[in-house]
Amino acid sequence: MSDTTLASKKLPSGAEWTFEAIGQYHEEIARVAANYKLDTYPVQVEMITSEQMMDAYASVGMPVNYHHWSFGKQFLATEKRYKRGQMGLAYEIVINSDPCIAYLMEENTLTMQALVIAHAAYGHNAFFKGNYLFRTWTSPDAIVDYLIFARNYIAQCEQRHGVDAVEELLDSCHALMNVGVDRYKRPPKLSLLKEQARQSERETYLQRQVNELWRTLPTRTTADTKEEAPRFPPEPQENILYFIEKHAPLLEPWQREIVRIVRKVAQYFFPQRQTQVMNEGWASFWHYTLLNTLYDEGLLADSFMMEFLHSHSSVMYQPNYNDPWYNGINPYALGFAMWQDIKRICESPTDEDREWFPDIAGSNWQETFDFAMRNFKDESFIAQFLSPRLMRAFKLFAVQDDDKKSKLFVSAIHEERGYRELRERLSNQYNLGCREPNIQVWSVDFRGDRSLTLRYQPYNRRPLGKSVEEVMKHLARLWGFAVRLETVEPNGSTTLTYECRTEKRRGDSKEKRARN
Amino acid sequence: MVRIIDRRFDSKKKSTANRQRFMRRFKRQIRKAVADAIDGRSIRDLESGEEISIPSKDLSEPSFQHGKEGVWEQVFTGNDRFASGDGIDRPMGGGGSGGGGGASNEGESEDDFVFQLSRDEFLDVFFDDLALPNLVRTELAKLTEFKTQRAGFTSDGVPTNINVVRSLRGAIGRRKALGAPLAARVREIDDEIEALEQDTTAHLDEIAALREERSRLLIRIEAIPFIDRFDLRYNNRIRIPKPITQAVMFCVMDVSGSMDEQKKATAKRFFMLLYLFLRRNYEHIDVVFIRHHTIAKEVDEDEFFHSRESGGTVVSSALRLMTDIVRDRYPPGAWNVYGAQASDGDNWDNDSPICCDILDKELLALCRYFAYIEITTGEAQNLWRQYEGLTAHHRNFALQRIESLEDIYPVFRELFKKEPA
Repeated sequence: MSDTTLASKKLPSGAEWTFEAIGQYHEEIARVAANYKLDTYPVQVEMITSEQMMDAYASVGMPVNYHHWSFGKQFLATEKRYKRGQMGLAYEIVINSDPCIAYLMEENTLTMQALVIAHAAYGHNAFFKGNYLFRTWTSPDAIVDYLIFARNYIAQCEQRHGVDAVEELLDSCHALMNVGVDRYKRPPKLSLLKEQARQSERETYLQRQVNELWRTLPTRTTADTKEEAPRFPPEPQENILYFIEKHAPLLEPWQREIVRIVRKVAQYFFPQRQTQVMNEGWASFWHYTLLNTLYDEGLLADSFMMEFLHSHSSVMYQPNYNDPWYNGINPYALGFAMWQDIKRICESPTDEDREWFPDIAGSNWQETFDFAMRNFKDESFIAQFLSPRLMRAFKLFAVQDDDKKSKLFVSAIHEERGYRELRERLSNQYNLGCREPNIQVWSVDFRGDRSLTLRYQPYNRRPLGKSVEEVMKHLARLWGFAVRLETVEPNGSTTLTYECRTEKRRGDSKEKRARN
Repeated sequence: MVRIIDRRFDSKKKSTANRQRFMRRFKRQIRKAVADAIDGRSIRDLESGEEISIPSKDLSEPSFQHGKEGVWEQVFTGNDRFASGDGIDRPMGGGGSGGGGGASNEGESEDDFVFQLSRDEFLDVFFDDLALPNLVRTELAKLTEFKTQRAGFTSDGVPTNINVVRSLRGAIGRRKALGAPLAARVREIDDEIEALEQDTTAHLDEIAALREERSRLLIRIEAIPFIDRFDLRYNNRIRIPKPITQAVMFCVMDVSGSMDEQKKATAKRFFMLLYLFLRRNYEHIDVVFIRHHTIAKEVDEDEFFHSRESGGTVVSSALRLMTDIVRDRYPPGAWNVYGAQASDGDNWDNDSPICCDILDKELLALCRYFAYIEITTGEAQNLWRQYEGLTAHHRNFALQRIESLEDIYPVFRELFKKEPA
């Protein structure tokens, strides 16, 4: 092909975008992505204003959501920072749905629009479709419908029971959102129609179940006092919101439904919290690779590449621990570097790589990528694929902070004897099990005062933060009776950490009074 | 082909619902901030919003989190000096490096949460305190209305505004002006040709030359465009603010020792509300501040609200001063005079009948409206009893005893009713 035909084939450049130009870019990016065998949901690109972008931000990145003051707070904070120029808006929001919705912001240049299409509409999209966590935990074909159902349902509840009652309930649910997910069990698929159809049925059924549970109490208590009381729940429960939804004695059916909605939303975002490094790294790798491929084909202008690379490198910047703007490890930087590194190990492995990664050194990089993307989450991805070379490049070091010692202690650095430990430490850092306190429902005293007891299993002697009191008050509000929190000591005994006594009777609940 | 959906024009202000939820939730804090702002503002300064700050602990959304103690391991980047097994002194103040662990990732600062309240939201909270009816609220919050008026013609505008007669008149003038020298020459040629034809000697060549020039000139005259772009004239309309009337508002306040800050703050809201009402109706408003104890004095706003005097109270002195100022500077023919008086009701006993007399005989005849508020929780004072008698004869006199802010509005009820937008 001669130079002139190449030049005439060039994609449009310049700062101003048009719908045709975006269409052309998308076509080329889609073509190259298909060549790399990226398996994606169909793409739906939407053009929005910066205000709409902030709005989507505020409602946890979803196009529709129920109304709550905390989203308003988020919006005000974002708006203020944006207007003062303290932050550029993130250039991408992408919804894990089928078709995959990627938002482009009106104010961005053509280059940035192309970058977002490559990053979000192909990178993230492929990850959503392929990764096992997303495949297991989310139902992309139903999420938007479900959120519409949720918003309408909650709006109805507000009309029927008052904004205050609903807001109180949502506050309490939000406080328990992080402990409202199933970590191991597979949730059932969502569907709007089934959801609506089953909702009323579920309401009456659940209420009957709960009534049943408490109705039979008085007759038995006298008869069974000698026997050891059967435990309830038989096994400790990790999903506290689920437990509340199913077993809280005093909740009304609509309240259970709202608990369920919050729980579903929490569950939907659970995989995202576990795959930040992998997912962002993967998307960054692909925008970088796709656009570079287009450039090699002669389709992109130099000015386009300059702007793209400038933006790319500022996102991938990793400050050192002693820089004033150091704020932890940048997931974009780490993820991007790891995927680049895996490709290098596949294509031109060193002796060190062969020793550390016998399985993938010298293999086909695209197949290795596909395997890694599908079957890992941050913690296992790092444990498996972080290479000594990368630890040296990032100059990683692990610091141990033990409050019983007077000094901090450097436990491992980027050297031969430190690699394995360092890798384990970093992997742990992304393990939600270590990052978040392990609190489970332990027992319900259903023959006595109906109190609910949670147990906290400390990790590395870490106590619970101050916010625990507030959260326990929220829990007590949901449960309706006393709630306790016990901490398991290293010797196996337990101590009562927190207790919140409350006696709420059905008759005096605020909602009731308001209605009469 | 990709589907690109343009959502820029739908669902603007989608966040308003969440924003309102936020405002609703923190109403108490916002009201307090607005109250503080009002105390700090001039009574005429009601055009801007306000920055509201709320302590971030009130806004926190709790969740189960680890505390800072225990054992924490964290991996950092950019090692430049450490070897395995090194001990590091614990950094003071919990900076970015060192301990803290996962908790510090959140970067939750202890600063107050600050956000901007728009003018409308600000007024809304202000009106809330005063328990204003909704209709009145919207009336007051309205910005100055404009009406459009013809203002001659301009040389550019939109096609719908073209003034045909003006444009064609311009075109005729232009055609005449451009064609005049040519037409004059044509007439000259005509004369010459006629002269030559009269001549007996043959001037065929010359005549032919002249004829040719004549036809060239005619073509040039024809070529002058019938109408040109710069002939176009457009009707011009300008926006002018609607009411061009003026009012003067007198704020009269007792500043004797018994008027404490709380009472003054209430009085201030009373004046603000009157100002808002007047601003709706009048283009230009003068405000005159008169404070009094035993002697009345005209002062500026700052001194009016913030200085404090002690001693007795002679209300009539202020009313006399007001009457004099009106007579002097604000002839009722040219100005609409409004009076607003705030006091705690204390007056020197013999003075109250005099006050009544001044109002009855002189001042009320000069005023469009005069409102009196007595800010007190106790017994009605002598001034009140005297004033009560006036309401029977004067429809433009209103009085109200005020214990809390909600009581202010009824003073103006008559005023708002009387003036339908």
